[in-house]
Parts: sequence; C-alpha cells; structure tokens
Amino acid sequence: MGIGAPDPIIDLKDVRFGYAERPILDGLNLTVPKGQILAVMGGSGSGKTSLLGLLGGRNKAWSGQVRVDGQDVGHLNRSQLYALRQRLGMLFQFGALFTDLTVFENVAFPYREQTDLPEAIIRDLVLMKLEAVGLRGAAPLMPSELSGGMARRVALARAIALDPMLMMYDEPFTGLDPISVGIIGRLIQRLNATFGMTSLIVTHDLNETLRIADRVVVISEGKVYRDMTPQDVRKSDDLFIRQFADGLPDGPVPFHYPAPPYAQQLIADHVSSS
Amino acid sequence: MSHLLNLIEALGAHVNRLLARLGLFARFSWSVLSVIGICIARFTLLVREIYFSGVRSLAIITVSGLFVGMVLAVQGYEVLQRFGSAESLGSLVALSLVRELGPVVAALLFAGRASSAVTAEIGLMRATEQLAAMDMMAINPLARIIAPRFMAAVVSMPILAVIFSSAGVIGAYLIGVQLIGIDDGAFWSQMQASVDFRIDVLNGLFKSLIFGIAVGLISVFEGYHAAPTAEGVSSATTRTVVTSSLSVLMLDFVLTVWMFRGLN
Repeated sequence: MGIGAPDPIIDLKDVRFGYAERPILDGLNLTVPKGQILAVMGGSGSGKTSLLGLLGGRNKAWSGQVRVDGQDVGHLNRSQLYALRQRLGMLFQFGALFTDLTVFENVAFPYREQTDLPEAIIRDLVLMKLEAVGLRGAAPLMPSELSGGMARRVALARAIALDPMLMMYDEPFTGLDPISVGIIGRLIQRLNATFGMTSLIVTHDLNETLRIADRVVVISEGKVYRDMTPQDVRKSDDLFIRQFADGLPDGPVPFHYPAPPYAQQLIADHVSSS
Repeated sequence: MSHLLNLIEALGAHVNRLLARLGLFARFSWSVLSVIGICIARFTLLVREIYFSGVRSLAIITVSGLFVGMVLAVQGYEVLQRFGSAESLGSLVALSLVRELGPVVAALLFAGRASSAVTAEIGLMRATEQLAAMDMMAINPLARIIAPRFMAAVVSMPILAVIFSSAGVIGAYLIGVQLIGIDDGAFWSQMQASVDFRIDVLNGLFKSLIFGIAVGLISVFEGYHAAPTAEGVSSATTRTVVTSSLSVLMLDFVLTVWMFRGLN
C-alpha cells in the first residue's frame, strides 16, 4: 500500500488451506480495499467458499496470513473472533433463515442477541432493514411461506442488521429466477454504497456479477489466476475466462472427470466378462 | 492368513473409529457443560425447550404409566395370591415402579419421543446452515441451541419419571382395588410401609437424573454431528434412539448394583 492509500479490509498473504491432505488454496494472495465490490470466481471446488470460511474464522489456514480489518483471524481467541464477526455479515447460499421464526423475528434476532436495545427500537430497526430489501410487508410470514428470492432478501436484511463493515455473499444468485437475480444484484450494489460496506461475492453468475462488481478475481489451482475489471473480463480472450464467460462445457476446466482411456476400459470390461 | 490379517485390520479400524467418536463425544460434552451457566441465565429459552421436550411428552408418559401399572397389578396379583399375600400388591407395584420401571421406561419413551425429535431438529438446522449462520453472527450455537435442549432433558426426565410412577400406581389401584377387589386400606398401607423415601424414591430420582444427562447429551451430540444430508439426519435420529436406549439399560444395571449392593 502506498502512502495515503486506504488500509485494505481484506489482506491474504500466501495462504494455504485444504481438507485432510488435499490442498484447496495453495499460496493465495489477495488484497481488497474498503468500499469495493469484489467478485471471486472459479470452478467448483476451487476454494471460493473455503475463502469465505477463512475470512470469517470458520476455517483455519494451514499457513500464511488472513487479515480482516488489520486483525490476524487465525490468531484470534473465541471472544476476539466473535467481536470481529459482529462486524461481518454473511449471506448463505440458501439464506439459512431460522425456520421456527417469522421474517420479523429472523431480522430481529441479531439485535435481540447482541444488543440491549428496547423492543420498540428493535421493531423500528427491523422494519427499516426489511424496507431496504422491499419486504416490510412480509414481516409476519414464516420462512416456509417465502419464495427463494424473498428468503434470500430476508437473509440479506438479517445479515446487514448490525451494519457490517464487510459483507460476504456465498453464491447469492444460485437457484433464483432472472428477476430475483436482478433484485439481489441491485440490492448488493445499493447496500454497499448506502452503508459504506465492502462486499465479497463468491459466484458463478457472470452476467449479474460483471454488472455490479468493481473487480473480478478468478481462482484456479489454489491461487489468483486473474485479477481484472469487469470490462477486462468481457474483452478477455483467455481460454479459461472465455469458458466461464460463454458457459462452454469443455476447455481448461474439463468436461470429463479423470478416467482411464474410454476404449481401453470398454475392452477391459469385455475381456473380463468373457 | 491374509483373511485373518484383513479381519484384524478391519477390527482395529472399527475400534479406532469408536475411540475417536468417544473422544469427540467427551470433548463435545465438556463444551456443552461449560456453557450451561449461559443457558440457565437465558431462562425463557430453557422453559421453551422444557415445553417442547417435557410437556409434550406428558401424554405418552401418563398413558404408558397407567397401562404398565395395570399390567403389573394383573401379573402381580396372579403370583401373590398363590402365596396368600395379595394385599402386598401395593408394595410390589410401588417398588417396581419407583425403583426401576418409572425411571427406565420413562427414559426409553423420552428417547423415542423427544430426543429423536431434538436430534432431527438440530441435524436439519445444521444441514440448512442455520447453525453456521448463527455462529457467523457471533452467537454461540452451543449456548443458544444445544445447551437449552440438553438441560430440558435433564430437568424433564425426573419429573416425567415421577409422573410415570404415579400414573402406574393409579393404574394398579384401578385394577387391584376397584376391579379385583383387594382391600383399599391394605393396598395403600402396604405401599406406605415398604417404600422408603431415601432408598427407593431418591435413588429412583437420581437414576432418572443420570438418564436425563445421558439421553440429553446423546441427542444433541448426534444432531450436532449429523452429516448434512437427508440420510445423515435419518441415521443420526436412529443412532440417538438406539444409543440412548442401550445407555439407559446399561446405566440402570450399573446404578442398581451400586445403589442396592449393601441392602441384602
């Protein structure tokens, strides 16, 4: 960072992480300044969701440094980690609403658990957050009465309840109809600007992402493969980027799962059965 | 030879997995017990869970207790009358219920009715990332979700055992006194004379408290560690019922030997 440049809200240095013996992230470096909307893209199993886990302290890096707002997440004790998480928001892939609570109670949940605010103030705050996502009228409904897009918006209202500095979105567009995708995309953009947040979106939906993101990072083989603007992504002739952008079934990300040669396997099966 | 080696290897792997799971259970139990204070401070959460686990089990506990008491009266009378001591029916029924059947059958019914539901609920919360969402909101799911459900089992179990035994005594009274015609006074006075408060009632209550701790811990452990799939939740629910039932019966034997070893 140069003199006068804002401190990064996310700073990952040479991060290695994986499950069992298998590394997923292998020397990942990434810096995200405050206020930015960053889209993280990559194939399935490339470590995008693991990255969110590392930032929220749910995963622990094998090595390297994960800093969020200057704090080394891997070295925080439980109370320090929870203090940090109070300033983070996360939208889970399918919302993760509490199914035994109404929409109102879901959004009120962080206030009731984390603050000593009187119920009248909580009511006003909840209605304000629900108004921000356009669902004030749905306050008395149960999660089972909501469509997928509405549930995602309620979860978004709950995630921004305590005005987080960093919002993390795990596949926010998955399984939504085009109208809902547009609504969620615009909400992410508007909330980021209105509340002065920083947003990190893990997604496969290129069209909506390129419309709202300031920057796109593509992860491959555990590292940042490309770090570019949405305009660069549209113009790129990189085969990997084009496969993503054009939804091509085969390319650098192969269609076939690794297997022995097809003919060899068929002949071997035939020989063994005769 | 290779078959034998394979068998030994499989056995070793099985024992290894079992020990690892026992270790996980011990660590998890300690984590739950360490947040009990928070759970007690959030009394409304505890009351809500006692309602769902305990109060909603009242019907099955009461009806089962009534029928077990009735069966005890029929069977007991049939044996006692051969020795001319049918009046001891009250004593037989009360001791059977207070010492053994009340705590044990109530615990088995509780495991089937309430604990399986707790496991399924927690397992589904995990599968739908509700526990992860709570954790990311800096709210400890162990304190907010797990501990109240565990404590509800601990509080409910002795009360349910008392209700089961009381219903059983009433059932035996209906059959023994009202139907068969055993003397009313003899039925109650024999019971009063033979049931000791410390040896029988308190020991029975202590047993049900231990069963409550065991069943409560098993149900929340299985739910919390259920694989986040439909099959995972289903298996966890089955494991809760099977493990809880076996644990109750095994603990009952150990506690009975320990409590009544010096009495004869």
